[in-house]
Amino acid sequence: MENFLQSLVSGVVIGGIYALIAMGFVVIYKSTGIINFAIGEFMMLGAFFCYTAMTAAKFPFAVSLLMAIAGAAVLGGLVERFILRPLLGKNMISIIMVTIGLSSVFKGVAQLVWSGDYRAFPPIFPRMPILLGTIVIPSRQFYPFLIAIAATAFIWLLFRFTRTGVSMRATANDQAAAFSMGIDIRRVFSMSWSLAAVAAALSGVVIGTMGGISPQLGAIGLKVFPVVILGGLDSIGGALVGGFLIGILENLAGGYLDPLILGGGIKEVAPFLVLVVILMIRPYGLFGTREIERL
Amino acid sequence: MRIGDFRETYSADEAIFRTPTIRMWMGALGISLLIFPFVAGDYLLYLANLTGVVIIGALGLNILTGLTGQISLGHAAFVGVGAYAAAVGATRFGLPFFLAIPLGGAVACAAGMVVGVPSLRVKGLYLAIATLAAQVIFEWIFSNWDSVTGGIRGINVPPASLFGVSLNTDFRIYYLIFAMVAMFTYFARNLFRTRVGRAFIAIRDRDISAELMGINLFRYKILSFMVSSFYAGVAGGVWVYFTKVVTPEYFPLSLSIQFLAIIVVGGLGSIQGTIFGAIFMTLVPELLKAGTESARAVFPDAMSYLFPMRDILFGAMIVGFLVFEPHGLAEMWHRTKRYFALWPFKN
Repeated sequence: MENFLQSLVSGVVIGGIYALIAMGFVVIYKSTGIINFAIGEFMMLGAFFCYTAMTAAKFPFAVSLLMAIAGAAVLGGLVERFILRPLLGKNMISIIMVTIGLSSVFKGVAQLVWSGDYRAFPPIFPRMPILLGTIVIPSRQFYPFLIAIAATAFIWLLFRFTRTGVSMRATANDQAAAFSMGIDIRRVFSMSWSLAAVAAALSGVVIGTMGGISPQLGAIGLKVFPVVILGGLDSIGGALVGGFLIGILENLAGGYLDPLILGGGIKEVAPFLVLVVILMIRPYGLFGTREIERL
Repeated sequence: MRIGDFRETYSADEAIFRTPTIRMWMGALGISLLIFPFVAGDYLLYLANLTGVVIIGALGLNILTGLTGQISLGHAAFVGVGAYAAAVGATRFGLPFFLAIPLGGAVACAAGMVVGVPSLRVKGLYLAIATLAAQVIFEWIFSNWDSVTGGIRGINVPPASLFGVSLNTDFRIYYLIFAMVAMFTYFARNLFRTRVGRAFIAIRDRDISAELMGINLFRYKILSFMVSSFYAGVAGGVWVYFTKVVTPEYFPLSLSIQFLAIIVVGGLGSIQGTIFGAIFMTLVPELLKAGTESARAVFPDAMSYLFPMRDILFGAMIVGFLVFEPHGLAEMWHRTKRYFALWPFKN
């Protein structure tokens, strides 16, 4: 039982982070219809921005975090304006490939600038572990989790209640109608990329403070696919639920199934097995909109 | 300007190589490829063999993605399935290479059929994600199913042999690879002209209208997956005899992406483009490596920039081609050819 609860707690912690990444992913998909395979690299760059501000410029954590957010927002906007916009209306393959190409460029640039080495974040949080009854939550998991939750809530509120958020949702609902109501679609596209880049950067920082950073950090971005397919590609709430479910599932599978099946490693694969099952029985996910094709 | 291209019989109209000029050039290409190993050094020969294997694999992906419009992020996994099947066939059952390679193709084909099943239910980016999952799952199977795949240690394969001659050098295996590439290119080129190939193209252009015209979507999509992964499996089989060892890290997601990059850079749905793309994407990193090595005289630590530069160049090529030259190298080639064919008139 103790073990189970411990796995559950680790699952919730990592799930919160997955939810944040997935949210960035869904924001882009919802308002522009683009699948962003470079989300992992946006994370990695965001983490490096924050890291550099802290170590090279010796800013306190909060200031560095704000700088990373600003940097990510600018980067996201630039990428949308100069790379994705010329491809508007092109086929799915081109758009998927362009984001894959981008991720390769980002990875290379990060290696050039920061070298391929693994780095640990300077200590930020108090070292005392948090005790929940008999369950121990290491502080390097607990505080990052709080940041992730706060960021997720913030983005959700932004999407829900601000003017920008409303115009994004309107665009997602019907581009032509939104355009004719005077919403600047181009601005909405830029904003969604910026917002997604910010969400990714925050999750990058959070993951970085938990386990260090390297240019390979972006590989975690792949986990976003099981999460968003489970939750529904165009549902922000779904990204949240999916994130927690996949995080918990992954940890429970790691704890209980690993010794039983094919020499281990099931933790990494279990989310993708779930993904396949979901695609077979309910491709639009738990909360996504069922796609109906009209001719 | 080229004139006098008359077709007076149906067979002349259906011919793959239509004009004497084309036949002459193809003949010259064939002969120069045959004498290539006698002229080239070891390194060039190695690159040529590598390119040959990549061409076979990329042709398969272009049939699925370029011709049928079903994007796959799991092509490397099928190459891996073929490679492991051929390796197991060769070591456990002692199959000769001319049976082991088709076995690799057949097993990959079966795997492709299974992965292709969701393609009726999901399409576009959902399919891309489904194939991504297949890639992750297959990779995990490769490294964890120890009793068959040998885990991370992999399998060592004896060299292929034909009539007692062991194909153990790059020079000898070159001819095997050359023959396979020629055969599979010919088949792919012909596929475009058959009922099946036309059905694939119809599905790519608009699946719903294809279905209304009486094309059985499910059957043809599965068929496309099967043909594509058969190619991949054969590429894997040939690869095994080329490298003589197979381990899980040969077939990562990045190889799948490399295949996609080849067909995007070469030209989606173009056989010629696939070959151009495969050559281009194999040679550019090598040129970069050679350039870095020579730059080492001036910048002693130039080599440490090689890998990052390769990532950047790789990504920049994909993005650059998609933004500026969406039809790839094949289109550039056609433009050049048209210019000379129409000269002195403007096209």
